[in-house]
Amino acid sequence: MAKDIKDLGWNELIPGAALFSFSEPVEDVTEVAIDERPYSPTNSHEYSVGDWRVEKPVFNRDYCIDCQFCWVFCPDISIISRDKKMIGVDYEHCKGCGICVEVCPTNPKSLLMFPEHLENEEALAKWPAKEAKK
Amino acid sequence: MTKKIRNLKELSLSNDRYEGANLMCPGCAHNIIVREVLNATDDPVVVANATGCLEVCTAVYPKTSWDTSWIHIGFENAAVAIAAVQTTYETLKKQGRLPKAAQKLADEGRDIKFVAFGGDGGTYDIGFQSLSGAFERGHNFMYVCLDNEVYANTGGQRSSSTPIGASTTTSPAGAVSYGEKMMKKSIVEIMADHGAPYVAQVSPSKWKDMIKKVQKGYEAKGPVFINAMSACTTEWRFASEDTIAVSDLGVDSCMWPLYEIINERDEHGIIYRTKLNITYRPKNKIPVEEYLAAQPRFKHLFKPENRHIIDLLQKAVDIRWENLQRREEAGV
Repeated sequence: MAKDIKDLGWNELIPGAALFSFSEPVEDVTEVAIDERPYSPTNSHEYSVGDWRVEKPVFNRDYCIDCQFCWVFCPDISIISRDKKMIGVDYEHCKGCGICVEVCPTNPKSLLMFPEHLENEEALAKWPAKEAKK
Repeated sequence: MTKKIRNLKELSLSNDRYEGANLMCPGCAHNIIVREVLNATDDPVVVANATGCLEVCTAVYPKTSWDTSWIHIGFENAAVAIAAVQTTYETLKKQGRLPKAAQKLADEGRDIKFVAFGGDGGTYDIGFQSLSGAFERGHNFMYVCLDNEVYANTGGQRSSSTPIGASTTTSPAGAVSYGEKMMKKSIVEIMADHGAPYVAQVSPSKWKDMIKKVQKGYEAKGPVFINAMSACTTEWRFASEDTIAVSDLGVDSCMWPLYEIINERDEHGIIYRTKLNITYRPKNKIPVEEYLAAQPRFKHLFKPENRHIIDLLQKAVDIRWENLQRREEAGV
């Protein structure tokens, strides 16, 4: 019986094997949003690197101005943005680097790093007030 | 077809063709560069990858992080691999033997774009002969060098891109040495002298400048070289959240000037006009010291016995910046 692809070791790789990104043909990837794609089990999107994090970014809608700086500078495609609006953070793929928090221009920031074990609601309750201009 | 991108909100409508849960370090600038390059166009893209961090971490068996066609052969031949793919495409197109889907896209004016990614090791050192050959033959592709100034994937050995004074595992700083002894190779000018129609230097932190240059690269007919600064949190040893800040310091200190070189050639291949444009001028040119201070790989330079290396770097940067401005003014 054929083994599941996830159980295969690297030395069982068939020479010339091809890994497909999608389980069915996609005509134009640029027109299909990430959450609508038919990912195949060999696409890294199906895996999680969430456990790499020590701290997680928490998003606060109240202060966000949808500038999309976090979206363009996110190395891990973990900022979910639809129709020019910032929606939230993809915790399956976020590695917790903190770039989104650094580039956020609002005052107070609309993304902040909190310890991984803290619930998002608790984090939002602890949000700092607006900082006075120096 | 050039994608219309007037502002960041329009760019954010792009659907990424590069997937998360790859194994790149948190805060890696490689990913930011790859995303910006792929999102700059809606046309199909074929990617060739030289061995390096990007290749190793995005294709760990049995996973792939690429939603476009992707090929890896070796450390030294990314340029030649993509040139071969491009030539095959052109030939099949001429003979009318393209697969249906590709033919349909070609009819709509959305020809496949050919991109090669290589690190500075695979570009400045190991892949240079095949890169030079592909540029000399004039294939129609874009080569993006992800320049993190060190062999980061194999443990941080110096490359010919490492700037003077940097501490790496093969040029360690200590009691007898201030680190790397050689000046950085000026790859942008070397590639421009091949007669390439478009050569540019970019930084991912200046996304608009970068997107514009990449789009010009996609449009150009012939080999295009893009040298992208890729701040490396692991080997430059700064905190992962500072990637963009460090890149900005590099640009603002003119350590990493943003400019482009355009060559115009006649039908015999003679370059009759060369134009250099500086695309970003820092409002306040900050001292190189600030850029160096942000990266612990240079921290030994701040000892009194090594201060002369900082002065040397500052002098080198000033002379280069002056030269670039003169070349821009003279239009050569």
